[in-house]
Amino acid sequence: MKISGNQLFATAMKKEGVDTIFAYPGGMVVNLLDALYDHPGIDLVLPRHEQGAVHMADGYARATGKVGVCLVTSGPGATNLVTGIANANYDSIPIVCFTGQVSENLIGNDAFQEVDIIGVTRHVAKFVIMVREREMLAQRIKEAFYIARSGKPGPVLVDLPTDVMAELGSTSYPTNVNIRGYKPNKGVHMGQLKKAITMMKRAKKPIFLIGGGVNLAGAQEEMTTLAAKLEVPVITTVMGRGAINTEHPLFIGDIGMHGSYAANRAANEADLIFAIGCRFGDRVTGDVKNFAPRAKIVHIDIESASISRNVTVDIPIVADAKAAIEKIISHTQPMTHSRWVKEVKSWDQEHPLAMDVKEGVSPQKIIETLNELYADRDTIYTADVGQHQMWASQYLRLDPRHRLYQSGGLGAMGFGLPSAIGARIGMPEKSVVSINGDGGFQMNIQEMATAVCQELPMVIVIFNNTKLGMVRQMQTLFCKKRYMITCLASHKSCKGKCGQPGYECPEYTPNFVKIAEAYGSKGYRVTEDSQLADTILEARNYAEANNKPVIVECIVSPDELVLPMIKGGASFDDILL
Amino acid sequence: MRVLDTTKKKRWVSLYVENRIGVLARISGMMSGKSYNIDSITVGTTEDPTISRMTIGLSSDDATFEQIKKQLNRCVEVIKLNDITDASAHMKEILFIKIHDCSEFEKGEIFRIAQVFGSKPIDYGINSVLLENVSTEGRNNDLIALLQKKFDNVEIVRGGIVAIDSISMIDR
Repeated sequence: MKISGNQLFATAMKKEGVDTIFAYPGGMVVNLLDALYDHPGIDLVLPRHEQGAVHMADGYARATGKVGVCLVTSGPGATNLVTGIANANYDSIPIVCFTGQVSENLIGNDAFQEVDIIGVTRHVAKFVIMVREREMLAQRIKEAFYIARSGKPGPVLVDLPTDVMAELGSTSYPTNVNIRGYKPNKGVHMGQLKKAITMMKRAKKPIFLIGGGVNLAGAQEEMTTLAAKLEVPVITTVMGRGAINTEHPLFIGDIGMHGSYAANRAANEADLIFAIGCRFGDRVTGDVKNFAPRAKIVHIDIESASISRNVTVDIPIVADAKAAIEKIISHTQPMTHSRWVKEVKSWDQEHPLAMDVKEGVSPQKIIETLNELYADRDTIYTADVGQHQMWASQYLRLDPRHRLYQSGGLGAMGFGLPSAIGARIGMPEKSVVSINGDGGFQMNIQEMATAVCQELPMVIVIFNNTKLGMVRQMQTLFCKKRYMITCLASHKSCKGKCGQPGYECPEYTPNFVKIAEAYGSKGYRVTEDSQLADTILEARNYAEANNKPVIVECIVSPDELVLPMIKGGASFDDILL
Repeated sequence: MRVLDTTKKKRWVSLYVENRIGVLARISGMMSGKSYNIDSITVGTTEDPTISRMTIGLSSDDATFEQIKKQLNRCVEVIKLNDITDASAHMKEILFIKIHDCSEFEKGEIFRIAQVFGSKPIDYGINSVLLENVSTEGRNNDLIALLQKKFDNVEIVRGGIVAIDSISMIDR
């Protein structure tokens, strides 16, 4: 029997265990959708924009650990994916994007909705390929899923010309993959690991620096065991947060630009940085020349290209975080570093993370209210990008039941809402809270409709300070308060009058409460700390009673800053407290 | 201080890649995207038609070169990478030089130069000569420099370096 490429595609999805596809229709995938019509086991989720689809697949993948899948048409459908693909690439999230393509005889002719999406995405994806022969289709799809989920995970794009998909061919789907240029590392080099352990034994002031790799590998439990066994303080990157319970006595805080004073000072004073699954990004190191000046560095990462790239490393170890941590646990005796731990903890008491808020709702209180209201529930938080993201990162309590997903590497505004939708669809038994700024929320605001239509009970918190706060903060601190296009309330008629005594700012647009209502749901506005708990609880109850997403808009002062801050390219000595 | 030695040195890499549309773009684009400057790149199919072999020449410091090799190895399309910077290998480049507007006397001079450099005159016109030179990059540079000094109208096409490892002493 022979079947079309489109039919084979449906079979392939089943074989890969795909139950959900985030898909937007278009001319070049219409026959593919037709083939999927006969497979009710595969749910197609219709976003309102392709960028929504790819962030949903991303959120779905983060929440479920499975590969997220999206399917869009050629041309504009495909180009709308680019930000989401780059985002997944940066944060090592396994997704496979299928794009329709014009038939091969039209490729290169500037046909309607033709774009060389392979050329466009080549350098922001882990792997991209166009299927040029019907008989290669099954193998290419198999490889796409394998590449996406293995090694350092990442996004794969498969471009599907309509003629190839229409052609009849074999029904078989391969069971094995063998790509001669791609052999992800699975083992751990014991020689290197033993050297690292010896270094740990000799260290007086060691710290664990934990990145997103530990979370991706699902090694949170092992990490906690290891930290406790060696009694070594743990600091995390933004992506690594939650790798050990944030209430754990050995957890110090986040390192980097908006990390805690104690965590940054610990890195500055440490004599050994034992890094697992991080890449020493510029937001972590600041000025590389003055980063961790007293420390030797052990670096464990699954990707050899991440090692000794930004900082020189004394012991490089290429390995999966979980495998490496398990090996270290089994090859070490318990250690104590009580005095060092006490010292680091004392720095936290010297300059604890805390906000002193004079007007509006306190960002810290918003997050702490979420901590309390969701303490007993398995909860997924997603954050958008900006000040609220850093506040979420600083104050959210994370543990195996409470996870935070955010756009760590790319910093793509518009991630917060669609990723929450994807996460909720993947994990319907969990509570989902999407934390947004008023700027980023508007970047994918249209996905409110998706959340409503998918009947997703979730709480969407919007920190509304009427500003693009993170950039405004830089303008406050480094540009003498010369605010340039960072006010979202600004109208044309404000020109020359902004900041003048007696001048009242125009009303903010849009009205988020009415937005929620326009989408057929409910919105709440919080203007004082005292309303937080009751309002969020009421919103959650409404959401769950009606299976709808609700908006809780919190009015935050535009003058709140994310602190501490180490300016980009500066070192620990320049920390602003 | 975590700063590395930044002395630049000439490097050579021999790369086995999938012989597929877009692989050259993947490799060259990755290099440009990360600000690695390629001096020379050549590609051709090998004894196995599904595999192409590239010879890439570039100048970089040690740390950057390590990173370049890792990044190349990361590419799914790259099957194998050989660093032949310090290996014993044969490296040659084809060079065409067309000298225009030369007199009879000058043609004689060109032939003498060709003889010394081992170049082949492969075409000839009323007042022009075309030389073919298969030699090392350095030797080709010398020949070009000399001819440009002597003649005003010189047209040059270089093929880029191709390299292959020497047959080992044991095999010999």
